[in-house]
Amino acid sequence: MQDQKGHFSVNKSKNSYQSSLNSKILIVKNLTKRFGKRIAVNSISFSILKGQCLAILGPNGAGKTTTIHMLVGVVEKSSGTIEIFNLFVPEHLKQIKKRVGVVPQVDNLDPDLTVIENLLIYASYFNINKRTALKRADELLHFFALSKRKNEVISNLSGGQRRRIILARALINKPELLILDEPTIGLDPQARLLIWERLERLKAKGTTMLLTSHYMEEVSRLSDNLIILNKGKIIVEGNAQRLIDTLIGPEVFELELSPNIKIEMLLDRFSQCDIAVDRSPQRLYIYPKDRQRAVVVEKIIKEFPNWIRRPSNLEDVFLRLTGRKLRDQ
Amino acid sequence: MILGPIRVWQRNLKVWTKHYQASLIGNLGQPILFLIAMGVGLKKEVPQINGLTYLQFIAPGLVASAIMYGAALETTYNSYTRLTIQRSYEAVLMTPISATELAFGEILWGATKGLLAGIIMLIALPLFGVIPSFWTILLIPVLFFEGIFFAALGLIMTAIASNYDFFNYFTSLVITPLFLFSGIFFPISAMSKFVRPILYCLPLTHVVLAARELCYGRLSSMIFVYILVTITLAIFTSILAANMLKKRLIK
Repeated sequence: MQDQKGHFSVNKSKNSYQSSLNSKILIVKNLTKRFGKRIAVNSISFSILKGQCLAILGPNGAGKTTTIHMLVGVVEKSSGTIEIFNLFVPEHLKQIKKRVGVVPQVDNLDPDLTVIENLLIYASYFNINKRTALKRADELLHFFALSKRKNEVISNLSGGQRRRIILARALINKPELLILDEPTIGLDPQARLLIWERLERLKAKGTTMLLTSHYMEEVSRLSDNLIILNKGKIIVEGNAQRLIDTLIGPEVFELELSPNIKIEMLLDRFSQCDIAVDRSPQRLYIYPKDRQRAVVVEKIIKEFPNWIRRPSNLEDVFLRLTGRKLRDQ
Repeated sequence: MILGPIRVWQRNLKVWTKHYQASLIGNLGQPILFLIAMGVGLKKEVPQINGLTYLQFIAPGLVASAIMYGAALETTYNSYTRLTIQRSYEAVLMTPISATELAFGEILWGATKGLLAGIIMLIALPLFGVIPSFWTILLIPVLFFEGIFFAALGLIMTAIASNYDFFNYFTSLVITPLFLFSGIFFPISAMSKFVRPILYCLPLTHVVLAARELCYGRLSSMIFVYILVTITLAIFTSILAANMLKKRLIK
């Protein structure tokens, strides 16, 4: 095994190392995309192990969709390497795409066609023969609770149903890697839960997934690992729960600010006790790392009327790292 | 490489079968109305041209024009709808089909739609008293290449269009002038020697002249030139169109 610099790895003979290397479905190294002078994706590296789900999080414009588009070849990379199933993009794109399923962010089903026609036409792009495609389409419609809608024209369906058809469509070629670009965007909670539940079942069956999302609950439920992108760069990566534990702690206090609160003094007191604080125009977010500090925070915060204490979540990690302000301000 | 375009073609065919009646009437309406208005309307007033009645004179050219309209309108308005509103191209590009294959599929489909309109026109000609010759069979492949050319030309417009209004330039500045000045309605040989070379540069002229010769079995040695020009234009324009669409789709 030779690495980039031409050094031979010392672990060459170890079987465990070999097998973990072979089971990487996707390896991205120093991937960069420039649009003119703007750098949309700035030298990012990540990989996904077989059967695992990696989530890419980040505010709008962080480079998530550009990254996915580079993986499937609709955006040309400026530099870096993309390896999927040990094959390179874009050289072996056709072979790679035969084994990948993509759920795009936008609804691009054929509105004039029926559900089953949409699936069969998509299957034909993979040169799947009609009998196999029909069988597979029936199974998928059943899996996504859509069997009754089989002959319905797409334009008569609800957003949640259309989304499930897009998922079924992405699975028609039995993909070894499923790429999901905000799969539940714009859906009501029921529709979203149904999709999550199905994706969990797919994952249990061993489907490798790459997911982008704005819904932290989605990421928490589905992903084994995550990376957070901000302005084209990876700012943090790891397991969701571990990131919460190390970056936030078990609990968060939120204090509603009013004009008579002397913020500077308050901030001083927290920093003296080594307690992290974030500030938005109307609120103070306090992150005690452990129980002891939580006691201290509670003591201080009790002096004020409007505050809450709650368990931490992934959203705190996200907002902590990407800022609580609106992007375009 | 050939399978990809065929899959795209099949997809378009499937969608088209859902509303083919409206689509066909749209493609056939204009040439048939022209045939009636000009051919029948001017029948008595216009003397014979090269031994053909005026209706006979314009009929083959109108068949060629039906293909031009059918093919070019498909790959402008309809392809642009698939590119933007329906975003079907994005869906296709998530599969093993490449942008180039997609472009060739669209061109093939545009040519098919044009050809279909042309063939229906040809079949309808006897209704107007125009009896095509046996040679007309050979006209069909020529018309197919004409369809490829105009479908590719339309797809180039789609590749650079920023909205539907853009196609107004294409129809008023390209398609309509070609319809009027490609020798469908008047004999090019009767034009002054300054105008003639210009008219021979128009792509539709060659198809119109080939169509008239084949339709009435009056072949001249020029027929090879007409056919060769049409095929060459079709091939080069298709390659250009595929590259331009690819540029639009892959950033």
